Amino acid sequence: MLRQIKIHPAWLRITHWINAASVLIMMTSGWQVYNASPIFPALRFPAGISLGGWLGGALLWHFAFMWLLVGNFIVYLGLNLASGRFGRKLLPLSPRALFLDFYAALRGKLAHNDLSHYNAVQKFAYLAVIVDIVVLVLSGLAVWKSVQFPLLRELMGGFDTARVVHFFAMSFLLMFFIVHIAMVTLVPRSLLAMIRGH
Amino acid sequence: MLKRKSDSLQKPTSILDADAIIKDARRELAAPLRRLFGKRILTLGSLALLSGCELKDDNSVNTMLKKISFFNDDVQGWLFDPKKLAPTYPESMITRPFPFNAFYDIDEVPAVDPQSYRLKISGLVSGKRLWTLPELHALPQTSQITRHICIEGWSAIGRWGGTPFSSFLHYVGADLNAKYVAFQCADEYSTSIDMPTARHPQTLLTFSYDGALLPPKYGFPMKLRMPTKLGYKNPKHIVEIIVTNSYPGGYWENQGYNWFGGA
Repeated sequence: MLRQIKIHPAWLRITHWINAASVLIMMTSGWQVYNASPIFPALRFPAGISLGGWLGGALLWHFAFMWLLVGNFIVYLGLNLASGRFGRKLLPLSPRALFLDFYAALRGKLAHNDLSHYNAVQKFAYLAVIVDIVVLVLSGLAVWKSVQFPLLRELMGGFDTARVVHFFAMSFLLMFFIVHIAMVTLVPRSLLAMIRGH
Repeated sequence: MLKRKSDSLQKPTSILDADAIIKDARRELAAPLRRLFGKRILTLGSLALLSGCELKDDNSVNTMLKKISFFNDDVQGWLFDPKKLAPTYPESMITRPFPFNAFYDIDEVPAVDPQSYRLKISGLVSGKRLWTLPELHALPQTSQITRHICIEGWSAIGRWGGTPFSSFLHYVGADLNAKYVAFQCADEYSTSIDMPTARHPQTLLTFSYDGALLPPKYGFPMKLRMPTKLGYKNPKHIVEIIVTNSYPGGYWENQGYNWFGGA
């Protein structure tokens, strides 16, 4: 047998898929919750893509899977930092490299033939989505427990603004998700790598 | 400068990786089932399947979600700080008009007759008796401007006036070690709260709104106002208060809203 190059360790693949599942549940149940009192009256999420059936059902899902999302995220981040993978894979990232790789990507010239190495655009996207999930969790916590966490509430600009922050952090995650899926479709081998590790 | 190739092209590992790609491709061709799986997993259809389902009738899923909701009650009980106060606001920030909200329309608001009205106190209390409205109105009064947060996500600021519920519980000789305080309402609504929240300094048994007698649409003759809990935990048109150790549930809680409902 040919020697396999391990791209993603098992812990990373497991936490990635748990994260994917919990994000999907949090997002679709969150849409149902949003529909109960839309921040933007013109925007409502279709019932077909939202989870829970009604506000109460959606909240049951949302407040159950928040534990999985947060717990898994802590494990993911902790192992990433402890193993040194975080610094090795996602850093360093310079604005210049990001610009060059982004420009190359726009011209379709950005190579993806070594899946163990992230280009600057990937590094930026993965770092940004990690920060975004932190913002999502903190703004969600401020909405859920605005009285018990006064400092967090004020940091988010008050209860009503925390909801808006939560909404836009969700929107960013959705955009990441769409681009992420599109990229996986373009480079299907990256999906295999995330399933079996090589 | 712009012709710069990606770093990945120059790394020696890419040669090994190219070998791996060819090897992979050979194996994939030999394994049509796996190839099919790879294709299927990429389809948006599988995503739609995941998000479109409701699993509402699936009892095991429902049981699991309810269990976690009860676990969340415990977490919130543990998080609840009896000394932490909800923010109060200046009069200028009161939401006008303050929204009407109930499980029925505004024309179905119950008409409570102030003359015949009696508040019943029952359960684990030594002073079981009926209270008339003038007796309740004679209790020491205070008022506060706080934010009402609805489970739906909207919020509104209002001013409620009434008597501190903790002193009322003392006065009626309630067992302060009991777990729950439950409420029955003239509109067939019911809810229940934990004792620490019942004794919170901002928990008021209110008889007035914005300086005037509590109007029917806001819960005449009285509403229990708790800025530390979501709107549906704040009962209106209360006719009976029960101190108990057995879980009383509530109108929305029995349908799936979280019982603690803390803010």
